[in-house]
Amino acid sequence: MPKTTIKFDYDKYLRKDTLPHIWCPGCGDGIILKSLLRAIDKLQYKKDDVVITSGIGCASRLPGYVDFNTIHTTHGRALTFAIGIKMYKPRLKVITVSGDGDALAIGGNHFIHAARRNIDMTLIVFNNYTYGMTGGQSSPTQPYGSHATTTPYGSVEPPFDTCELAKAAGATWVARSTSYHAVQLEKLIADALTHKGFSVLEVITNCHISYGRRNKMKSPVEMIKYQKEKAVPNRSAVNMTPEELTGRFKTGLIYEKKDSLEFVEETYKQLELIKQ
Amino acid sequence: MSENIKLMQGNEAIAEGAMIAGCDFFAGYPITPSSEVSEILAARLTKKGHIVIQMEDEIAALGAVLGAALGGAKALTATSGPGMSLKSEHIGYASMCEIPCVIVNVMRGGPSTGNPTLPSQADIMQAKWGTHGDHAIIAITPSSVNESFYETIRALNLAVKYRTPVLILTDEIIGHMREKVIIPEKDTLEIIDVKLPDVPPSEYKPYNYKSGKVTPLAPMGEGYRYHVTGLSHGETGFPSAKMEVIQDAQNWLIDKIYNNIKDIEKYEETMTEDADILIVAYGSVSRSAKAALSMARAAGIKAGLFRPITIWPFPEERIKELSKKIKKILVPEMNMGQIILEVQRAACNNIVKGLNIVSGEPITPDKIYLKIKEMM
Repeated sequence: MPKTTIKFDYDKYLRKDTLPHIWCPGCGDGIILKSLLRAIDKLQYKKDDVVITSGIGCASRLPGYVDFNTIHTTHGRALTFAIGIKMYKPRLKVITVSGDGDALAIGGNHFIHAARRNIDMTLIVFNNYTYGMTGGQSSPTQPYGSHATTTPYGSVEPPFDTCELAKAAGATWVARSTSYHAVQLEKLIADALTHKGFSVLEVITNCHISYGRRNKMKSPVEMIKYQKEKAVPNRSAVNMTPEELTGRFKTGLIYEKKDSLEFVEETYKQLELIKQ
Repeated sequence: MSENIKLMQGNEAIAEGAMIAGCDFFAGYPITPSSEVSEILAARLTKKGHIVIQMEDEIAALGAVLGAALGGAKALTATSGPGMSLKSEHIGYASMCEIPCVIVNVMRGGPSTGNPTLPSQADIMQAKWGTHGDHAIIAITPSSVNESFYETIRALNLAVKYRTPVLILTDEIIGHMREKVIIPEKDTLEIIDVKLPDVPPSEYKPYNYKSGKVTPLAPMGEGYRYHVTGLSHGETGFPSAKMEVIQDAQNWLIDKIYNNIKDIEKYEETMTEDADILIVAYGSVSRSAKAALSMARAAGIKAGLFRPITIWPFPEERIKELSKKIKKILVPEMNMGQIILEVQRAACNNIVKGLNIVSGEPITPDKIYLKIKEMM
């Protein structure tokens, strides 16, 4: 893998007049944005061919900052817009960015159905375990026992495992990374984009403001350390017991199934057959 | 000529109208009494090489329509009351982001699940106010199968021309009745197609409202890279919290419709010239009203009929004019009294009464005639 150079020219992809961004100092979302831009650059996609849709929340503000065809949609519904434009213009590269609440709570239905269809698009879930923009409420990925403004005594709900959910629902490429593992993240985004079918990449990102400070990780540094320490490369995880994996998460490619039926291709094949 | 006349159902006429108008994307979700629109397009629009997709819910169906429309599609979805409630979220998004789309609501009773197989006109106010925030909407109420066909073409045209969601409000009677439709040659019709902007990408502003004209929505993927957001935005499309931008953008959403009301409004008048009593009726009820009008005239009562075809924006100027010489107005509706509020507002010095039946039973001509007699 070529080494990531820090001299990468982000300016050619940023809409500089929309900056500064709204993210808090120390937020992990900027690391994901930069990794995404490097991955797109590596693949030499034309800016005119890239569509990025998003829902509502911190992560979903990303499209406004990048010079592609960008659609900041309604809460949880970014995948529905993505499906519409991808089906209508299959030549476009369609990427959805979404937070954990956006993708898995209010958008959970769209998430599983996009996965079931195995439509050739990429979903990047920025998982910060919380509703950061609204001030730190409970999220469907919030770890059991952790604290949020709406679970002040600790969450008594089990969280979703984004990757297991994606896999079970039919996604054919599933991976996880973190905002600490920026080099791996760039590579995984590029792999997700080139996978034919529905690819889901969960990125554990840090929100020290809304999540960390309620959960004994007041600073971005502590949160980044958490990501580094809790991450278990998937290839190592196979040799670990469930007890050893408790409180940790697998990173890297979790699941890949090649040559599955893909929705756009299947649809257009059928349209060709029935055409009058 | 005979081969151009077809017997069809109202929902089928909507599908036919959409196809001849160049609709090239449909997303829906099953719901009575509108499902035939989806079913017919699934069988037929696909044969023209276009996408028809059944989404996982009503919200997703309109989301997919809007995604496709941003790609340049002339896109349509169809639903009924409960689906309209769910779609309200994206009707607001389409208004705010000025994305053309057509939403067919074959009205049934409510609230909630209501009466799926019975006719109603109870979503008239929902059509105007269903989504949160101020906005203008165009809504059309056809009263026959033939009109369903032609008004669907007009709806798609208006959606593209004014970059707005357009609602077609039929009801279970119109949707399921069978009548003849005269299918025209396509080249005799006015069809407004999606166009590329007439400026190069470097000069393109997706919300160029200061020009006072509706800027074409550039299909995405054609070199015009821009941003779309449901947040308040200025001419460039990027979010703005500047108060003057918020105010101007909000004014524009209303003005672009109401400043063009002469182009958008459409109504039919029958025997209003010498009328002493005016019936204001739309959709299937206007058919009974027409029959009641004949009964009244035969009995020597000078009744007239005003039938809005564009129900929103409401043609209040014309009602105002008519109300100067006609002092009594009857508004029969299959709801508890919705459009009557608009009529009362426009004709505030008149005696305006409603005839409201919501049992699912159609409002028959004799009931309207009896009410006319009672008022005279």
